[in-house]
Amino acid sequence: MTRRLEEEYVQILRDYLNSQEEDELYGAQKLGKWLLLKDISPEELVDLHSRALESVEEVPEFVRASFRMLTEVMIEYGNAHRSLQSWRNKHAQLQSEVEIASAMQQSLLPQTIPTYPGVEIGVVSIAANGMSGDYYDFMHFSGHRFSLTIGDITGKGIPAAMCMSMLKYAVDSLGEIQLGPNQMLRHLNRVVERNIDPSMFVTMLFGCYDTNHHCFRYAVAGHEPGFLYRAREGKFYDLEGRGIALGISADSTYVEHEVALQTGDVLILLTDGVTESKKGRSYLVREDLVGFLQNEVDKPAQLMADEIYRRLMMLAQFEQRDDYTMIVLRRT
Amino acid sequence: MDLTIQTISEETEHQVILGGEIDAYTCPKVKERLLSLLEAGATRLTVDLKAVEYMDSTGIGMFVALMKACKRSGCSFFVENLSERVERLFRITGFYDLIAIRKGEEA
Repeated sequence: MTRRLEEEYVQILRDYLNSQEEDELYGAQKLGKWLLLKDISPEELVDLHSRALESVEEVPEFVRASFRMLTEVMIEYGNAHRSLQSWRNKHAQLQSEVEIASAMQQSLLPQTIPTYPGVEIGVVSIAANGMSGDYYDFMHFSGHRFSLTIGDITGKGIPAAMCMSMLKYAVDSLGEIQLGPNQMLRHLNRVVERNIDPSMFVTMLFGCYDTNHHCFRYAVAGHEPGFLYRAREGKFYDLEGRGIALGISADSTYVEHEVALQTGDVLILLTDGVTESKKGRSYLVREDLVGFLQNEVDKPAQLMADEIYRRLMMLAQFEQRDDYTMIVLRRT
Repeated sequence: MDLTIQTISEETEHQVILGGEIDAYTCPKVKERLLSLLEAGATRLTVDLKAVEYMDSTGIGMFVALMKACKRSGCSFFVENLSERVERLFRITGFYDLIAIRKGEEA
């Protein structure tokens, strides 16, 4: 503790004892904050007060003795103060590790939205807090095909992020051999089943888009397939498909579906952060979502995705409780 | 987040009535209650979801893990009274046919 601090303390104490004015107590409050910043422990403060009192006036022996007792009592408070400090340091360290992990996780997701001939793609993918359990990716296959993956890992935060990195490497490796959608999910399921906690699973839609024939072949594993907009009819249809989530049973198999897109048709793929959005105190229903999609369907794909996110957030009073991903793909 | 848990027990058979929201934040409490019943030697666990307003995939994951734990301990495990919304979640994720679900009249 510095001499200057001691002198200042003595001065405040002396002024207060002389005047007993509220203003002097305000000075004491400010000093208290400063002492905390300087990390002065409670027992040191008692000691400081006792010394300051001695320098203001002669102190009777029983008061001096009472301060010795108070110092002893304060030791435990001092220990608590020090452990809080160490907890704060650990918390700051953890926070910075989470930030690094979150940045690393972001690098697993596409940095830019790819462009392919004859289609227009828009994506909004936003984590509820820091790290996301939503996964999406595009891979260019040979010739005129590309793949599209959208998935949701149960839970959030660090466990979901760790699972996502496994998923990303598995999808990338299996992508090399360009499997069909149902085979892709069958293989991914084996990888996930071997490497995931029993209370976790992954839901996923994996599809291949052919930009020559404009057909989309896909398979689903426990994932809500999404919507198909038929421009000629001006109508949204639920995409078909069902299958058990990845990671539950080693021998799950999946069924392949196919849809052909005409000019202006739109595929909407999503995660449950979209469908389970809140609407004030209640929850969004399919008709609400289709209504929003219908209102925005004439906009460019990215603008449409952005606008729907904005509307759903407004409806949920800007409280995003789950990771949110929507992919809009239009045949131009 | 709001969550209510009510347990009605008859010897080693328990009915656990859940209400409110089951998500990543409330799941650990539900899991702890159900696992403690299982560890205490439950022979039958029935989870009633009629008062559940919201459940996400973390809730489904928890029920799958519980179903496996019950199987290992020889305890029968049922989920009953699913709202339309919760039933849809069980169906989409593919767990509807995996977990023993009892509907209205059977429940």
